Amino acid sequence: MPRSIEFREAIREAMCEEMRRDARVFLLGEEVAQYQGAYKVSRGMLKEFGPRRVIDAPISENGFSGLGIGAAMYGLRPIIEFMSWSFSLVAADQILNNAPKMLYMSGGQFPIPIVFRGNGGAGGQLGSTHSWCVESMYANVPGLKMAIPFDAYDAKGLLKTAIRDDNPVFVLESERLLSVKGEVPEGDYLVPFGEAAIRRQGTDCTIVSFGRPLYFCLEAAESLAAEGIECEVIDGRTVRPLDIETISRSVARTNYCVVVDESWPFASIGAELAAQIHVLNFDDLDNHVVRVQADDVPAPYAYNLEQEMLPNARKICEAVRAVTYAA
Amino acid sequence: MPAKIVFHAKIESVSILDEQGNFDAKLGKDVIPDTDVVRLYEHMTICRQFDEVAFKLQRSGRMGTYPENRGQEAVSLGAVYALHPDDWLVPCYRENCGLFWRGLPMEYILLHWMGDERGNEIPRDLYMTPQAIPIGTQMLHAVGLAWAGKYRKKDSIACAFFGDGATSEGDCHEALNFAANLDLPVVFVCQNNGWAISVPTKMQCSAPTLAQRGLAYGMECVQCDGNDIFAMAKVVGEAAERARRDHRPTFIEALTYRLGDHTTADDARRYRDEAELKKWLKRDPLIRIRTYLQQRKLFDDSREKALQARAREEVAAAVKRAEEIAAPTSSDMFDWLYAEMPGELATQRATLRTSGLGQDPSQLQEQSPAPSRNP
Ligand SMILES: Cc1ncc(C[n+]2csc(CCOP(=O)(O)OP(=O)(O)O)c2C)c(N)n1
Ligand SMILES: [Mg+2]
Repeated sequence: MPRSIEFREAIREAMCEEMRRDARVFLLGEEVAQYQGAYKVSRGMLKEFGPRRVIDAPISENGFSGLGIGAAMYGLRPIIEFMSWSFSLVAADQILNNAPKMLYMSGGQFPIPIVFRGNGGAGGQLGSTHSWCVESMYANVPGLKMAIPFDAYDAKGLLKTAIRDDNPVFVLESERLLSVKGEVPEGDYLVPFGEAAIRRQGTDCTIVSFGRPLYFCLEAAESLAAEGIECEVIDGRTVRPLDIETISRSVARTNYCVVVDESWPFASIGAELAAQIHVLNFDDLDNHVVRVQADDVPAPYAYNLEQEMLPNARKICEAVRAVTYAA
Repeated sequence: MPAKIVFHAKIESVSILDEQGNFDAKLGKDVIPDTDVVRLYEHMTICRQFDEVAFKLQRSGRMGTYPENRGQEAVSLGAVYALHPDDWLVPCYRENCGLFWRGLPMEYILLHWMGDERGNEIPRDLYMTPQAIPIGTQMLHAVGLAWAGKYRKKDSIACAFFGDGATSEGDCHEALNFAANLDLPVVFVCQNNGWAISVPTKMQCSAPTLAQRGLAYGMECVQCDGNDIFAMAKVVGEAAERARRDHRPTFIEALTYRLGDHTTADDARRYRDEAELKKWLKRDPLIRIRTYLQQRKLFDDSREKALQARAREEVAAAVKRAEEIAAPTSSDMFDWLYAEMPGELATQRATLRTSGLGQDPSQLQEQSPAPSRNP
């Protein structure tokens, strides 16, 4: 039975169901047990699973990430929570230089079935060091998978898939979405990796994005519809693997494409999508792909500047009008 | 053959003015002259007022988040008092009292927590670094500052502040090891306030003291009562001298307590014992100096009244100055990204467009920021 629950509850349900199903799964991170999670994601989990499986870590991100990798090498399936993805940077060697390479470097001896998850993204006025959109930088590394859930339904379904995956999976939960409610079925279901979702159908321009900026895309699509431009909004869902086929098929129909990405423009997911679409849809496109990304500066601390720095509906509308020659 | 003992260790804990008001005249001799004790007390009182006002600003929506400093004032104040004005201060976020003593105008800290980067534009001649948000990372900067000071043959040293929780970060251990192995003039001041958000200190360290972490790296280490301004000034003074004279680091564990919540986003009652808080309320560093002054007739109720009024005035004036500063403008966010402004960034600054995104800066339209209804 679907009922409406918060994004954070959906994450919790995914973890709890998987932990009930598989005794090898455990949760480790700062404040996850006694405190019930810095963002209340793991509320009640200590009570249900006890301190053996829901474990408070000292402030040692590199330490508990590395510990998780070791545990994964010996048959466990850790879920490592970062209080914020911004603080995963002090664990960069473990999560980028070890986890995604271990299987490769050991010639298949050591799969690393680990999930690194936590919230991230800018927009919360937390200052530049605490407002990272790590997706573009991390997605550059081969050997890992990355899921960016858009709503509560996907938060649960993608996380369950992540926990059952035999590779390191990075699940990026937007801090701004944790309280957003959505319909979520009770019990087991999976959202497969590498299958994009069409969030809105349209014929005039394709907009592609992941996670939180999709809300701005949908908002922009509504106001553009009033101007007579019908946009198709595609949620990539997972960055690695990337469902470029669905995106490309849409662009073949609409002939125009805008890519929206919260991270910085240089060498980013947005740049990658634009490059791939230019190759795959060279003959379909009636204009080049336009990207809407964060400005090329650290997230400003001041509220007004931070809002301006990030993609928003206004910027997306402008991009769509420009790309479709409606401006 | 029986194993030889190759290493013996002991950790001293220094206290000069205890919570009953007993003063160790021998240890405390010449640490702080009475006229300075009065000034330090006045300063601490103003900082306490600052803390209370900042907390209220947050509660009334005029400030984003704020980490209360209440109860920990003596740690940074005693330390900064014992240092030279050009010794580097490398703070975390609970050292307001020491930073203000050095000369940082109060509105800087207010601006910072109101969400304005300009709160970090600390005048260079104050020798302090911006507050560190990623825990523990600043400790390595202190090592680098000390290293540069030594390299440049300066007399200055570096003093790093960090919490008990920070001692679990790799950066902390790398900083300690470097400072000891490279003979660097660093004073490490660990503010052990018992908690890292909801995690008690015993979950960061299984040894009986945090101070002994310094031992393993081969540096002097000492514990002291962090709510005792005399003890703080004394151990930091000695550590500073050791740093200046011998280029040797010291690890100081200052025992204190966070009387407030972790930040305004936290509610410590959920995980903390009320009795523990009550015990520490009696050890408030402010009460302690006040008792000291009272016993020596260096302060009285009428001066106290005048001081309270002055504290209110000074803090209110700082709030006014902070709130009068106009919000930054769009073009500000491109400043200070590079030492010189790159061409592409200059275009973005002027047009808020970038050709790197397939946007054409020459097709600039009127911009009107539309507030969004989305999360
Ligand atoms: C690298 C990193 N990890 C996690 C956090 C989140 N965080 C902020 S403060 C804090 C607790 C710090 O405790 P402690 O070092 O004892 O300092 P205190 O707040 O008690 O003064 C944590 C975990 C952070 N800011 N940086
Ligand atoms: Mg602490």
